[in-house]
Amino acid sequence: MLKIEGLSVSYGRRRALKGVSLGVDSGEVVALIGPNGSGKSTLIRAASGVLPVDAGDVRVDGRSLAELSTMERARYLAVVPQARNLPPAFSVYESILLGRTPYLGWLGRAGDTDHERVRYALERTQMQPLADRLVGELSGGEQQRVLLARALAQDAPVLLLDEPTTHLDLQHRETLIHLVRELASSRRLAVLMVLHDLNLASLYADRLSLLVDGELRATGTPEEVLTEETLSMVYHVPVHVIPHPEYGTPLILPDGRGNEPNMVNTKADRK
Amino acid sequence: MSFARAILISCVLLAAALVLSVAFGPVYIPPGTVLALFLARAGGAALPAEAAGTFSTILFELRLPHALLILLTGAALAGSGASYQGLFRNPLADPYLIGVASGAGLGAVIAMSIRWPADLIGLYVIPAAAFAGAVATVLIVYSLARYGRSLPTTTLILAGVAVSSFATSLTSFLMLRSTEELRRATGWLLGGSLMSGWQPVLAVLPYVAVGLAILVTSGHALNVLQFGEEQASQMGLPAERVKFLLLLAASLTAASAVAFAGIIGFIGLIVPHLVRLLWGADYRRLIPLSIISGGTALLIADLMARVVLQPQVVPVGIVTALAGAPFFLWVLRRAKNQGYW
Repeated sequence: MLKIEGLSVSYGRRRALKGVSLGVDSGEVVALIGPNGSGKSTLIRAASGVLPVDAGDVRVDGRSLAELSTMERARYLAVVPQARNLPPAFSVYESILLGRTPYLGWLGRAGDTDHERVRYALERTQMQPLADRLVGELSGGEQQRVLLARALAQDAPVLLLDEPTTHLDLQHRETLIHLVRELASSRRLAVLMVLHDLNLASLYADRLSLLVDGELRATGTPEEVLTEETLSMVYHVPVHVIPHPEYGTPLILPDGRGNEPNMVNTKADRK
Repeated sequence: MSFARAILISCVLLAAALVLSVAFGPVYIPPGTVLALFLARAGGAALPAEAAGTFSTILFELRLPHALLILLTGAALAGSGASYQGLFRNPLADPYLIGVASGAGLGAVIAMSIRWPADLIGLYVIPAAAFAGAVATVLIVYSLARYGRSLPTTTLILAGVAVSSFATSLTSFLMLRSTEELRRATGWLLGGSLMSGWQPVLAVLPYVAVGLAILVTSGHALNVLQFGEEQASQMGLPAERVKFLLLLAASLTAASAVAFAGIIGFIGLIVPHLVRLLWGADYRRLIPLSIISGGTALLIADLMARVVLQPQVVPVGIVTALAGAPFFLWVLRRAKNQGYW
């Protein structure tokens, strides 16, 4: 469904993405992992068409996004950014309704279908009880769900998420990713999601793409990508990878020694 | 409260302010007589005997055109203020505070300092020059105040103050070294109309009408823009083009108000703010309601300016600044608490 081909982006003279290619099928969740500054967010922004690209192409359903207008593009591809500085004075309902922008005219007059889509998005994200609340009064986790609901109302076959769990606690993180996973399966969405938390990625993604210094280092199932060797090399710290007690997926544990070979193992010392 | 009711209430208040505005002056015309004269004009009915002559002349030749010019000015300032606030995602953006008014004033004074072959040409060139000055100022202030992808209040206001004082100094310089014609402009710059009669009303109307018509329809786009340019694009709004178009429309509106009524501050700040407190932050409502209430607010300020020191007329810009500066400080504190700076 989503095909990114040879995408290159630079900020000034710094090359942030160097010919990245990856594909996401309908119903599939691909997690984008990698160290800070490796270009994960840049990939999401470039794929959504808000960054000028040096080379490469993004195709959705065979159509190149470069040939589409901003409005048409938003019908193919919805983005869930990090919940920061959302307009505080709009209600949850109003915010989600603005997700219908690609289907509305200049005046933004919403019809029955639009309101129906908003109600559906509210229901799927379990936000109905908060529909009339102002976004500024919500917690970080709730605001993130507003953004997911807004993207859902946008009714696009491709969903891009940029670190949607950064400011969330364990419970909200699990709930949100679980919901994304479930939506991908039930609505046949192609989901590309930047995730910092390798264990979440391992647990919920069908495939992982590991981005290092703007280049794709590895793509594959969690078992293929999340090996001790690869991770230790990429993150410059030794790690242990053990099978998840229930699902057998890779579970990453820090080694506890940091990246200094001679540093004391604090945990071992305390024993 | 429903939007229709809010519009209705605002219109009733505007009508009341208009009647009061034309009633008061050196000669008092009772509001009942004003209404009777309006009805007579509209329906062609016979006028009450004593009202027919003097009252009718004062009303239709002096007071009504003045009041309509004030109404259009207030509407233009409040409508453009609300739009700037939406465009800059900053509740303190006001055509006066961000320097647009001074820039427009400079443009207008430059146009006035040129001797046009006929008065009428000047009447149409002045708003165009004010528009050019306004657009240049807003672009300068915006690029100075922009910090990465945000527009902090502190830099916006500071850049506005700096650019505004620069434009004002140039304006004063031009006025000092020039003759007669520009001396009239001193009073005008403080917010007194330059000319009386119907001519300025008819000259300003097309600019304000076009600018406000664009702004009235832009509520949805401004709502989407509240998420920031990047998200707005991802939501399907061609953000850059829309922002540019609305910046031009807001500047055209503000500039035409300045061209004919001088520099009047704070209306573009106070009115949208009160409307927002009463009727919410949805720009589809905020802009039309601000436009209507802007007319009301400036009519009231103008009325006060004319009656306080009767028969002397205080420039209306002084009245709005007296009320507006404390209000501005109050909003500034609120904005701080809401994390705008």
